[in-house]
Amino acid sequence: MIKITFYLFALILIFAASRVITVKNPVHAALFLVLAFFSSAAIWLLLQAEFLAIALILVYVGAVMVLFLFVLMMLDINVNSLREGFVRHFPIAAFVGAVILLEIILVIGAWHKLPTPEAATALAAVPNTQALGMVLYTEYVYPFEIAAAILLVAMIAAIALTMRPHTRAKYQKPEEQVSVRREDRIKIVKMPSETKD
Amino acid sequence: MEIATLNLNMLGLLPEIVLLTMACLILVIDAYLPKHQRYLTYQLTQGTLIGTALLIFASFPEQRVLAMNDMFISDPMGAVLKLFIVLMVFFAFIYSREYLRDRNILKGEYFVLGLFAVLGMMIMVSAHSLLTVYLGLELLSLSLYTMIAMHHKSQTASEAAMKYFVLGAIASGMLLYGMSMLYGVTGTLDLTRLAQTINQIANDHTVSVAILEKISEIKNDNIAVIAIGQQITENAGGATAAIAQILSENTDNTAAIAAIKPIIDQTMQSYTILLFGLVFVIIGVAFKLGAVPFHVWIPDVYQGAPTAVTLFIASAPKIAAFAMLMRLLVDGLQGLQVDWQNILILLSILSMATGNIIAIAQTNIKRMLAYSTIAHVGYLMLGVLTGTQEGYAASMFYVVVYALMTLGAFGMIILLSRAGFEADQLDDFKGLNERNSWYAALMLIVMLSMAGMPPMIGFWAKWSVLAQVIDAGFIWLAIVAVMFAIIGAFYYLRIIKLMYFEKAEDKTPIEANIDMRIALSANALIILLLGIMPQTLMVVCLGALGVS
Amino acid sequence: METLLYLIITLIKIVLIVVPLLLCVAYLTYAERKIIGYMQVRIGPNRVNFSAIPGLRKIPGFGQPIADALKLMFKEIIIPTNSDRFLFVIAPMLVMAPALAAWAVIPFSEGGWVLADINAGLLYILAMTSMGVYGILIAGWASNSKYAFLSTMRSAAQIISYEIAMGFALVGVLMAAGSLNLSDIVAAQKGSFLHWYWLPLLPLLFIYFISGLAETNRAPFDLAEGESEIVAGFHVEYSGMLFAVFFMAEYANMILISTLSAVMFLGGWLSPFEGIELLLGENWFTALLIRASFLWLAIKISLFLFLFLWIRATFPRYRYDQVMRLGWKVFIPITLVWIVVLGVAILAKIPPWFA
Repeated sequence: MIKITFYLFALILIFAASRVITVKNPVHAALFLVLAFFSSAAIWLLLQAEFLAIALILVYVGAVMVLFLFVLMMLDINVNSLREGFVRHFPIAAFVGAVILLEIILVIGAWHKLPTPEAATALAAVPNTQALGMVLYTEYVYPFEIAAAILLVAMIAAIALTMRPHTRAKYQKPEEQVSVRREDRIKIVKMPSETKD
Repeated sequence: MEIATLNLNMLGLLPEIVLLTMACLILVIDAYLPKHQRYLTYQLTQGTLIGTALLIFASFPEQRVLAMNDMFISDPMGAVLKLFIVLMVFFAFIYSREYLRDRNILKGEYFVLGLFAVLGMMIMVSAHSLLTVYLGLELLSLSLYTMIAMHHKSQTASEAAMKYFVLGAIASGMLLYGMSMLYGVTGTLDLTRLAQTINQIANDHTVSVAILEKISEIKNDNIAVIAIGQQITENAGGATAAIAQILSENTDNTAAIAAIKPIIDQTMQSYTILLFGLVFVIIGVAFKLGAVPFHVWIPDVYQGAPTAVTLFIASAPKIAAFAMLMRLLVDGLQGLQVDWQNILILLSILSMATGNIIAIAQTNIKRMLAYSTIAHVGYLMLGVLTGTQEGYAASMFYVVVYALMTLGAFGMIILLSRAGFEADQLDDFKGLNERNSWYAALMLIVMLSMAGMPPMIGFWAKWSVLAQVIDAGFIWLAIVAVMFAIIGAFYYLRIIKLMYFEKAEDKTPIEANIDMRIALSANALIILLLGIMPQTLMVVCLGALGVS
Repeated sequence: METLLYLIITLIKIVLIVVPLLLCVAYLTYAERKIIGYMQVRIGPNRVNFSAIPGLRKIPGFGQPIADALKLMFKEIIIPTNSDRFLFVIAPMLVMAPALAAWAVIPFSEGGWVLADINAGLLYILAMTSMGVYGILIAGWASNSKYAFLSTMRSAAQIISYEIAMGFALVGVLMAAGSLNLSDIVAAQKGSFLHWYWLPLLPLLFIYFISGLAETNRAPFDLAEGESEIVAGFHVEYSGMLFAVFFMAEYANMILISTLSAVMFLGGWLSPFEGIELLLGENWFTALLIRASFLWLAIKISLFLFLFLWIRATFPRYRYDQVMRLGWKVFIPITLVWIVVLGVAILAKIPPWFA
């Protein structure tokens, strides 16, 4: 049963992931990415990592990808210009990709010969979320706080880079309107009366 | 669920905690300050830096103390480096205030981000886990990207920020990739435990290589292989012990070889992954330091960023990058010293060559200084690659001196710049002596020091790393380094020639705040004074690394 | 064999939840029109007379939802030219599916009356409700219409902003209850109605409910469909059954938010008279009053649903920047502060909630 479910989601995941890079319309690509996230969350659920699975959906699917789509939909990207230079850059890209693939094969190939590390013990007694919280706020409290500082900097950065003072906006200032005096608005000019000629 | 026993020991982190709290406070205070009182942000920032420095000084550790579940380390080297980082940033802020105000980019966020960058650097300096090294680096980098991009009216600044961001992200990716490999082999992020495991694997590897050689040499000699087993039992552990065990039990040669074969294979594989990890980690660090061939971002970013930010990026973060190099290579990967030594030699020669030669062709002084930075990074690595405590001390000396000189050089550019005018061309220094002989003298000191002329401190910095390289037996490397130093001297001296022997084209009087003038003069005079008494700084550096 | 049986039983359970839910959705529309009608001193739907139970008196307008449904079913579904056909059709389902899926972890009564009694129930709810925005995004984009697209942008930004405040409100609940499981959350509120979390978490209840209004795009936060500004918003191009699905999803979401508010803040199925000495003595009526049962949950849900309608009849629509200001500058800071207050209260073990 679990196997069937796994293969089902794995197939969807692979399909969606490959469509992300092959599909022409960027909005469709983003939607396929959402599907890919969703399927991987399902696979995590099968591993009983419910917190990670739900966090993936909540953070990536529910927030990050929505903003992504938001921008993609507004930009109206010209697909053709994106494809320019594909042929020209292909050899280099293929070479880099091949090198990285080779490295990964080498590393992973060596890996399975290593003594298998202690298998992650299933903490059935303690819910996943609680277990994570326990470690995060005790053993890893220092990196956790640094990460918080990084997020704060990211927030400051986002605001500092995008906030522009409203120079063109015009506001009413009621207090000035109320306290206006006659001298502010009209000026009495003494002029000699004109003679009729 | 059982909670692991915690060793928080928060007192050691007091400077960091105070800095973080103040940064957050200043952020809030700045948001509520009326416009005409915004100078308070600057004063609070500088006050925070002074306070942090005092706290670091007050809590100066006598030896290595671990805190925060062994993820934080406070040791003399860290404390000294942190002190210098805070000092550099203090000077950088003094220099940058007027420049930023003239260009209408003086915002409270600039100083807050600067403080967060300092925090990031301090975290990197005190990192005792791969995780904290990375997080500190990210905190620093993110602040720096933003500080560059904050000048959003300038196209070049945005471009520089973008380049820095993309390349920095790649560098972080490389670093993480390497770290993940190290973790995969050793199963730990803690630097001390990492070092132990790696030492073990390196030892196993040496033994395995020896055995393989023996096996290929003497095919049919029963005794020989077993004899190795007896030899290696002395410093046995891990795979070596297993091999020794098998060899002592087996009397038949072929059976013994067959039995030890998988163990040897496994050791070789682990070692290969470690080497891959090492290479990626070095690439990541080299990106941050700006060593050739990972230097491409430096000239563009230095030139494109507002000079005040360039000043910031070029000084203190280099000290932090040096600390990162020390933490990763020396604290964590000491066991692979033979391997990283060769890589560093290569990087260092390339950096010295590229930096010094290309700098000659520059007409933009910011770009020229960028290439000079690349060259300096080459010299800086000379000390580290010796692998001795004295060598590390020499490199530390070098990086501090480098930061001091860079601060002075970019400070001069800021001094000559004014609203609507950027003194970033070499020609802008023409006839500086005519315009103001004191400033010309200051620049003279800085340039002579950068070129490595006695009696400036720059000379002693070069001298100390070269002495260490010769001590370590790389005389040819020392000769190469001296050659490039002589080539490099040319473009520093060219500026001196422009200042003293050319007519001034721009006769605008040079105006600056009193604090800026005092700081800049102090900066240059420190370079001169330390040059006369280099022993003071050298003693501090040696002491920090435990060499008396 | 066993798995098959399990699947069938689960399917039956799902049907048992979804069918009454859809009925409720249908009659919520009727209730809305009637209640708002009376509030505005008119009668509301009164033509399709129908009796709730055969043989009883016919109620004016009671058959209206069924008539509406029949009408919508027979209308033509128009797909605009240059629209993205596949996404256009799938969008209403993407709104409906999360609205129904979230019901999997809602406990209806004591003793495991829940489809999936999972540990991370609250997180699951958060994840599911955050998915609803996709349908709106896709509908607006696939329609290839300016109005629809504008509404999509408004709605996406609004939903994301209010999700944060909503999430923080839920954090408050899970801190108080010490669990993410909804049944445990209700169980933690046992006692009298003073033990329920509405009292210690009062600001969070308000924020949760108001954010719920914004999440479901209900008045006064219905900028995404503001008739007077952008016609009907993201579903302007939809007709027939596709439109009906959007409509049903909105009402299903309303019921979901009401149920969650009831479960998390008003003690779910617990009786308000629990633990109170009764003057009436012991008979079947008092037993019903005191016993925790689905009846109480239904009453509480109805209360919140009535609030939804009442608010719609009362308040004018917000301006867009005001909506954003409220979400980011008022709600999020309040929730953050209250979480700290709550943390202190829990550490101090303040009775009767945290003892």
